[in-house]
Amino acid sequence: MLSYAVRRLAWLIPTLLIVIGISFFMMRLAPGSPFATEENMPEIIRQNLEAAYHLNEPLWVQFLIYLGNLAQGDFGPSFQYTDYTVTELIWLGFPASLQVGGLAIGIAALIGIAVGMHAALNQNSWSDHLVMAVTMTGIAVPNFVLAPLAILIIGVYWGLLPAGGWGGGAWTHKVLPIATLAMTQIAYIARLTRGSVIETLRSNYIRTARAKGLPARLVMVRHTLRGALLPVISYLGPAIAGIITGTVVIEEIFGIPGIGRYFVQGALNRDYTLVMGVVIFYAVIIMALNLLVDVLYAVLDPKVRLS
Amino acid sequence: MPNLRHALGGASLAVIVGLAPAAAMVGWSADAAAATLHRGNAAEPQTLDPARATGVPESNIMRDLYETLVYHTVDGGIMPGAAESWTISDDGLTYTFTMRPDAVWSNGDPVTAHDFVFSYQRLVAPQTASRFAWLLNAVVNGEEIQAGDVPAEELAVVALDDHTLQITLDNPTPFFIELLKHGSLSPVHRPSVEAHGERFTRPGNLVSNGPFVLTEWLPQSHVRIERSETFHAADEVALDAVYYYPTPDLAAELSRFRAGELDMTYNAPADQMPWLRENMPDELRNPPWFGTYYITVNTQLEALSDPRLRRALALAIDRNAIVTHITQSGELPAYSWVPPGANDGSIDYDMQTVDFVDMPMEDRVAEAQAIMAELGYSEDNPLELEYVFNTSDLHRNIAIALASMWQPLGVEVELRNLEWQVYLDTTARAEHEVARAGWVGVTYGDASYFLEKFHPDAGEANSARYDNAEFGRLLNQARVTADPQARTDMMEQAEAIMMQDLPIIPIYHYATRRMVGTHVEGVVDNVRNVHASRFISIAE
Repeated sequence: MLSYAVRRLAWLIPTLLIVIGISFFMMRLAPGSPFATEENMPEIIRQNLEAAYHLNEPLWVQFLIYLGNLAQGDFGPSFQYTDYTVTELIWLGFPASLQVGGLAIGIAALIGIAVGMHAALNQNSWSDHLVMAVTMTGIAVPNFVLAPLAILIIGVYWGLLPAGGWGGGAWTHKVLPIATLAMTQIAYIARLTRGSVIETLRSNYIRTARAKGLPARLVMVRHTLRGALLPVISYLGPAIAGIITGTVVIEEIFGIPGIGRYFVQGALNRDYTLVMGVVIFYAVIIMALNLLVDVLYAVLDPKVRLS
Repeated sequence: MPNLRHALGGASLAVIVGLAPAAAMVGWSADAAAATLHRGNAAEPQTLDPARATGVPESNIMRDLYETLVYHTVDGGIMPGAAESWTISDDGLTYTFTMRPDAVWSNGDPVTAHDFVFSYQRLVAPQTASRFAWLLNAVVNGEEIQAGDVPAEELAVVALDDHTLQITLDNPTPFFIELLKHGSLSPVHRPSVEAHGERFTRPGNLVSNGPFVLTEWLPQSHVRIERSETFHAADEVALDAVYYYPTPDLAAELSRFRAGELDMTYNAPADQMPWLRENMPDELRNPPWFGTYYITVNTQLEALSDPRLRRALALAIDRNAIVTHITQSGELPAYSWVPPGANDGSIDYDMQTVDFVDMPMEDRVAEAQAIMAELGYSEDNPLELEYVFNTSDLHRNIAIALASMWQPLGVEVELRNLEWQVYLDTTARAEHEVARAGWVGVTYGDASYFLEKFHPDAGEANSARYDNAEFGRLLNQARVTADPQARTDMMEQAEAIMMQDLPIIPIYHYATRRMVGTHVEGVVDNVRNVHASRFISIAE
């Protein structure tokens, strides 16, 4: 398995290069410029700005300059937030995204799997129907509806928790965003777990285990759950990557200083370096998590052999 | 296998705990007891370096951190800043400023004329690549330095001694004093800029000369500033500290205000204006703003090159209906390009309106229909017009309203929705037929800020490609006229011509929307939407 992991890691570099190449040229091909405003810009100033950021060089030269800087770990200065480098923006923002997103997905996984299993084991009971109805609502109501509602009721009307802001990272400021983010995830994970557990319970090897006279608890934990978790784990890999790198809606509504907004705002403002920085960062995280998922698959599923 | 889940959860928790101190390092002061103002500020400031800043959120913070030669009064007017007085030569070309003898930087260094020489040279130097370097185009060598033809030391901003600063202009610019309030013309502290380079604006590094000093800055969370004890008028500053928060989501900003977390907001959601007027009338501020929402018509296109057609389009727009039913935020119907409130620093500009301001709507539509019939258009033979706007519900709703107002004239409108950057690109290249646009005088209050935008030589800024020689001649003449009254007259004549030609069709003048807590004093409504924290206090 170790040699498998090493080989996968070696693939990281060519994959990253492809990601960097595609996003670099796609960003540059989009109309507009990082300096575009409604404000009139004299030609001299445009030229000075372009020279300062090497935008006056041919595109392939710019790409080589970018790769050269990248090789030295330099993501370059942000076009939009000019007082910070892209590396600084990511490292200042990532802890907030990671705390909110990591806790949200952790809580969602625990609750979602537990609720999903409960529903599966009590299939077609009233509690199963309740879980299915609630989770369907959870999936259907988007974050940008749930978040302002939660703020209005809990933050404004009841005054129980802050209505927004980061408050230096105080836990009270994290409750609402974490709960809002977790809600949708709980719904997904619960439905996924339920379906998967039901399917596994019908499989031949479970019937065999039962026929052998294994205690029900052992059948459940050692055999059913092990197989049933596979789809959940393959969902969680990319979901964790997505959620710990921040969510623009949640961050803007709750005022969380994370990096999720940089993906969207960076692209809208044509902040070339910032978008490249967060894309590379995200690519590395998602590749690492996918590797982890594959390794876990091998641990959980005897049919999978990594070679 | 349940252990696995715990292992997963545990691992992420460990990472989170490990990173928590990183957030704490940036700092957070609760400031429960002291006089602290919490302000919504629209967006994360892109920079606090005066030479690089371009937007309103940055300007708001810089106004508190730095003191320009001339400063903003509580209602957006002019008052002495780092210069306590000034004289202007008779030809209007030489400005001599006397610096405040008691002014010091936040580290105790005296603020001298040399600081402004350094800062202005830095602004125009080509390697600084400041987007607002053009503010000093009026100064001798200002433009040549940007072009790299002349070294920055040749800028005609000279320290005669530590306390006397002399600026020489190419052309008399009666609004030059008004211009000097601009945040890009804030002084920077040479030793700390040279010592820290790109990082001189960080808390701990930034040395500033204004009423407040920077103490915390966590991007996308907040900027915290504290009263500067070294500021020459520190005893007049009531607030101990101010927090600026980026508040891109207007509904969320309002919620934070209602929860008591913000003392004043930057904005208020337009769709909640009726509710706010009803329920929070004491907190809602809704004064006119120095800007115009308009339609830019591509006058290069053959069909649109006829001023009669543009007049017909302008006549048929029911501006009252648009501001009452669509925007609903206190906007004023616009019949001129320059909004109310233009002033060169001494003389009020009289805006020049179209001639149909007082004509009843039915008569206007009748005249418009007559013009269109004369030009050969009818509902059977319509003029097909593509209307460009950038993505926003407001712009879409206005476009739909315009389409229905123009339909009786025999105009068939096709809406074209563009992403912001593509929209900017399209209108700058004049690849549109008609397009919505907005222009707000955030840079300075002189009418030329509006009129010059459509000067025949304005290039891409002149999105209508308006090319009237007489209009251009009047503006050129105004540029070199020292007498403020004569200059204002010329600009008024120019606007009167423009309002006959209608290369742009004004729709409404903007209004600002802001929530200000009833416990906050010293926030005075003004068309420039300028609210320096040094005049604000919190009632007990």
